[in-house]
Amino acid sequence: MLRVTETEHVDFSSELLSKFGEIVKRYPEGKHKAALLPILHLVQAEYGWLSPASMERVAGYLDLKPIEVYEVATFYTMFFLRPQGKYVLEVCRTGPCCLVGAEKIMEHLENKLGVKEGEVTADGQFSWRGVECLAACGMGPVLQIGPEYTFHENLTSESVDQLLVDLKNKDLSI
Amino acid sequence: MARKLLLEHINVPGIHTFDVYRKQGGYRSVEKALKSMSPDDVVEEVKKSGLRGRGGAGFPTGMKWSFLAKPEGKARYLVCNADESEPGTFKDRYLMTYIPHALIEGMIVSSFALGAKTSYIYVRGEMMPQIRILEKAIDEAKNAGFLGKNILGSGYDLELYVQPGGGAYICGEETALIESLEGKRGNPRIKPPFPAISGVWGCPTVVNNVESIAAVVPIINDGGDEYAKVGIGRSTGTKLISASGNLNKPGVYEIELGLPVEEFIYSDEYCGGIANGKRLKAVVAGGSSVPILPANLVLKTVSGESRLMSYESLAEGGFQSGSMMGSGGFIAFDEDQCIVRNTWNFSRFYHHESCGQCSPCREGTGWMEKVLHRLEYGHGKMSDIDLLVDVSKKIEGNTICPLGDAAAWPVASAIRHFRDEFEWHVSNPKEAMERNYGIGNYADPLPANEVPVAN
Ligand SMILES: Cc1cc2nc3c(=O)[nH]c(=O)nc-3n(C[C@H](O)[C@H](O)[C@H](O)COP(=O)(O)O)c2cc1C
Ligand code: SF4
Repeated sequence: MLRVTETEHVDFSSELLSKFGEIVKRYPEGKHKAALLPILHLVQAEYGWLSPASMERVAGYLDLKPIEVYEVATFYTMFFLRPQGKYVLEVCRTGPCCLVGAEKIMEHLENKLGVKEGEVTADGQFSWRGVECLAACGMGPVLQIGPEYTFHENLTSESVDQLLVDLKNKDLSI
Repeated sequence: MARKLLLEHINVPGIHTFDVYRKQGGYRSVEKALKSMSPDDVVEEVKKSGLRGRGGAGFPTGMKWSFLAKPEGKARYLVCNADESEPGTFKDRYLMTYIPHALIEGMIVSSFALGAKTSYIYVRGEMMPQIRILEKAIDEAKNAGFLGKNILGSGYDLELYVQPGGGAYICGEETALIESLEGKRGNPRIKPPFPAISGVWGCPTVVNNVESIAAVVPIINDGGDEYAKVGIGRSTGTKLISASGNLNKPGVYEIELGLPVEEFIYSDEYCGGIANGKRLKAVVAGGSSVPILPANLVLKTVSGESRLMSYESLAEGGFQSGSMMGSGGFIAFDEDQCIVRNTWNFSRFYHHESCGQCSPCREGTGWMEKVLHRLEYGHGKMSDIDLLVDVSKKIEGNTICPLGDAAAWPVASAIRHFRDEFEWHVSNPKEAMERNYGIGNYADPLPANEVPVAN
């Protein structure tokens, strides 16, 4: 995964740009602002987060003012405005999952990774946080792992340990 | 076995693929509608079916469709609401994951009925795997001639796209969803104008839940009258219920509306009773936004009648002793769950998800979260309980969108029915940190020796 610092100049690959081009076609003429969320997701999947430079590039691409991109990126919880671990583990912390042990899973994850919510492990591999309802209440506790958003259900301390081992051993993707 | 209209073929291996879905009779409704019906005929069947929106508000779908403005020279849009973020609700994820073509088929017939040439499925961004599944299903349907130009030689053109959200519960509210689809922050719009007049890009728009749209398929296949025979009274058809919490068999169940709540909880065909041999304390019957009920009131109404899974029966007793069907997110709490903690958790959710446009919602949800936090963590005062009721009343009805009400009701109803537990937290703060209040004396309708249906 590429990493950019805040000051770095961002150039999107031609592959990424051609994906942008496909997305813009989904909307009527002149309504290309609608492509903003899908494009921000693609940028984040590529770089791991949305740096100011990358957001400005997106603004340029869609012919928007940078503020139109910032205001959207700051509204939605999925967009990261700071670098994260290579894998971001997001545990559902809402009511139904708590009825079946989500709080214990978060505690376990914090101890196991040795970093607080929102922080990145020293090796840059992991960060974690609690998120609101992931629409999987009957399979709780659950967590999802960005950037692919693979989904893991009915978690126990043991299954979380196994998951971390698997992630360390291989690149997990669907 | 109860009748299944949406999930009949869910266990057929490969049902997520076009070929298998088609072999099971899939896409018949598209053939029927496009070859032998006019758009208005389709709307008429949906009206006859009595289908009510499955996204939470329960508004009759056919009526909503008939409100759609049809000005000359303006595009019309159908947008499917797959933002599914209401705590307790996970049926749309299930449907999209396992039988995605049911949604695609419903989208084609519904778009035809509304005269939409481009339609969008707005999926919450976290559901990336489901987005990939739907995009594949759309490709398959297109290759088979069910999407694109001149579908089945009927002259009707339709393009269907999947649009990801960015993680925001409020984007499930239809006007916030429209804003988000346009590439903006998800701030709900002031209504009127309603989306039926001015929705996406100022054009007439219908927003419908995933399940509502999938239900159009059996309605067109069998006719609206047939659909209306299933269910009870004005609660026609089947409903997907997302069952979670302390149940033996949580999961998504398709029920015929009118099923007794008791049977749903305890029979082996459905949830199989309360997990770990415990007793039921409370239920949130329709997603986190609806009033919580103690077990006695969820199983029976105050008049002693058995409560049914229907829009009317769940609401019977009003806010005094009833609740709502909502999105069908059925959350069961066993005797060891703490109502104060759960109410705090839900309040935090609404505070986190408030878009911040209206002061009563933005400030009130934060205030309720703070007060509930101090009650839960042993610093509460007796007066906090009435303060919470007061704040909830000041939010209710005073906001742009219904999120404010959705935040107020769970708090007001928890205090209405479980006040003794809140008071116990104040008078026994130390004990409350160490143990839970238990089942209390208000919520025990089923003594252990008299237990139900399944056993
Ligand atoms: C805060 C809030 C969140 C909502 N979330 C959803 C949702 O996730 N999915 C949904 O279908 N409807 C949701 N709704 C209801 C929609 O506004 C709208 O009524 C619904 O999509 C209409 O579809 P239906 O008539 O088919 O139910 C929500 C409403 C509010 C106020
Ligand atoms: S009620 Fe809350 S969520 Fe709805 S518009 Fe107002 S501030 Fe936003």
